[in-house]
Amino acid sequence: MRKAVLFAGLLAGFSTFAFNAAQAVEIEYWQYVFDTRVKAMDQLIVEFQKANPGITVKQVTFPYADYQTRVIAANMAGNAPDVMQLFYGWLDKFVAGGILQPLPKDAFPHDKIEKDFFPIVTAMKRDGEYYGLPTAVRSLALFYNKKLFTEAGLDPNSPPKTLDEYVAAAQKIAKLDGAGNIVVAGSTLDMGGQDHQWWREVLIRQFGGEPYKDGDTKVTYNNEAGLKALNFYTSLQLEKKIGKAGFMDEGQAAFRGGKAGMTIDGTFRLGSFKTIKDFEWGVTELPANAQGVRSNYASYFANGISAKTKGEELEASKKFLAYITSPAAMDIWLKTVGELPALRSAALTEANLKDPIYAPFLKGLEYSHTTLFKDELGQRQNAIDMVNRVLLEGQSTKDSLAQAAEAEQEMIDAAKP
Amino acid sequence: MAAIEQQGAASGRPNREGGLSMRTRRLIWVWSFLAVPILFYVIIRFYPTFQAFYLSLTNWDLVRPPKLVWFANYIKLYKDPQFWKVFKNTFLYLIVGTPISLLLAFTIAYFLDRVRFMHNFIRALYFLPFLTTAAAMAWVWRWFYQPPPIGIINDVLAMVGIPQQPFIRSTGQALYSIMVTSIWAGLGFQIIIFMAGLRAIPNTFYEAARIDGLGEWAILRKITLPLLKPTTVFLVVFSSIGFLRIFDQVYNMTTNDPGGPLGSTKPLVLMIYQTAFNSYAMGYAAAQTVVLFTILLIVSLLQLWILREKK
Repeated sequence: MRKAVLFAGLLAGFSTFAFNAAQAVEIEYWQYVFDTRVKAMDQLIVEFQKANPGITVKQVTFPYADYQTRVIAANMAGNAPDVMQLFYGWLDKFVAGGILQPLPKDAFPHDKIEKDFFPIVTAMKRDGEYYGLPTAVRSLALFYNKKLFTEAGLDPNSPPKTLDEYVAAAQKIAKLDGAGNIVVAGSTLDMGGQDHQWWREVLIRQFGGEPYKDGDTKVTYNNEAGLKALNFYTSLQLEKKIGKAGFMDEGQAAFRGGKAGMTIDGTFRLGSFKTIKDFEWGVTELPANAQGVRSNYASYFANGISAKTKGEELEASKKFLAYITSPAAMDIWLKTVGELPALRSAALTEANLKDPIYAPFLKGLEYSHTTLFKDELGQRQNAIDMVNRVLLEGQSTKDSLAQAAEAEQEMIDAAKP
Repeated sequence: MAAIEQQGAASGRPNREGGLSMRTRRLIWVWSFLAVPILFYVIIRFYPTFQAFYLSLTNWDLVRPPKLVWFANYIKLYKDPQFWKVFKNTFLYLIVGTPISLLLAFTIAYFLDRVRFMHNFIRALYFLPFLTTAAAMAWVWRWFYQPPPIGIINDVLAMVGIPQQPFIRSTGQALYSIMVTSIWAGLGFQIIIFMAGLRAIPNTFYEAARIDGLGEWAILRKITLPLLKPTTVFLVVFSSIGFLRIFDQVYNMTTNDPGGPLGSTKPLVLMIYQTAFNSYAMGYAAAQTVVLFTILLIVSLLQLWILREKK
């Protein structure tokens, strides 16, 4: 008798389980580990599941250094996630490897994408198909230390607007000891940080050039404009002595430690700088050149759907992707992670444009460029080496620039599928 | 032992499974046990090694199926100036690092062996760095080496009136600055091994030498060093392999510009890592791995051969 009851119970339990399984779809979402991003996604999943009973989303995370390899390996093994996050610069590789499927046009019509998102989203387009959409975007701005501004006799409420003002302010802030060592830097100089982006997409353009052509496959900075940009950058240390590469190990550390008047960094640094207690800081747009030309570098992580996702998982994935790229999701992301919404309507709200911290980044988005890296780390290294050859080995800027341009072109050509 | 088992088995269990002799069955029994570690090694060690040899002949990039390109990767490597720079760096670590670390370790061990006062404590102090994670150590040293106002070493130099040194920010000093930390980290282990070697030399030899009137220097040269040879060779091989495979220290001390500045500190292992996991050129990385494997093999065999020659 007891056995029969047990058996019946088991059967009942099993059938309800089977019934649920038939209705519920589980999809897997992958991103890399970054505390606030994981928390924001947890929150988004809860909201999404509330609105879509029957779909469960499982978030899986990996350390950033392993992430790309994990996605590629999982795809080969047939265990790819349904929806995944990817850096825009990885797209060529992911498309070539057949990891992603084009976003279904019924759920994500192209004209709507191009109308609603910031123009940098076109970096996710290949052969007329979009392969992913971002929740948030990042841009650069100039952070400045109000305390050091005041101490140097500068107005902490009117940060530099042009490159000349930037240099002048930095020179006033910079302090040297008796032996000529920098004690306080006017501005951080750190090619390993964001300065290589500043040089590539901002300075070259401000000196009248263009870093690349033909979908960023032809290096075009080995000319007068590129040289002027490199001269300007290296002279900041060599002649104007407003800072020194390697001062306090990293630029962001120098700024955090209150030992640098200014630093160029991205939205992703806000979380870290918001914990600074020793001084007040502000943010302003990247300095314009004398003619008022501005530029910026924007980047983002997009979300794409795996090539292997089909049937009801695909339907669920479409819904999930639509949700995490909706204004509501972007708002949660902005509040939790601090990254700017990728939709114009969600980003350019009155509240955001009045926000003294978000506004400079948002303005930057309007005139920003997104480098279509072919070998992101290689191209970054190439720019670091170009400046180091001048700073450490005394190579002329002209030769170093020519060498860098040639090496980068080789790198881009080698990465062609 | 085997004979006893055979007897026991023979009397205890009559041969019922027709055909197989006792000897065959015993062999099967033994091999079925041995098969486990052998299989494990074949799958975990040998298969990937041979796979790497094969991959080095392909253009595999992780996402597309590998295509055979024969020796294109090796030719590319031969023509790659970065490879030769890295090759030179790797051998600098080896050729400068190994003798210095062994000489230091021996000197310390030799004198520490005679110290009675707080002997264990001093020995523990020397051994401590060996227990610490390489990454943590590298970061501490990275900060030591900073320019003023935060670098301790430069602060000390300033106090005694020596000009500031750029250390890991210069192409000339960076490699040696990193080598020092690596030597320091391995010192404790080498000292312990040397001391064990010194203790293993019978005291009677020393007594006889002293009765014969040999001086300290002669004793060291004629007795201690020759009898310490097996220990020394072990440490030379061990330390050489360590320097040839140096990675943690370099990577952690130069994370923003790995192997920099201008590739002046980059060892072969770091180049392999970057080729494989930054550029995803797996075939090319495999070719570099084969080269490293060959170097390690040659260096190790050479050192073992030198030992045998003089024995």
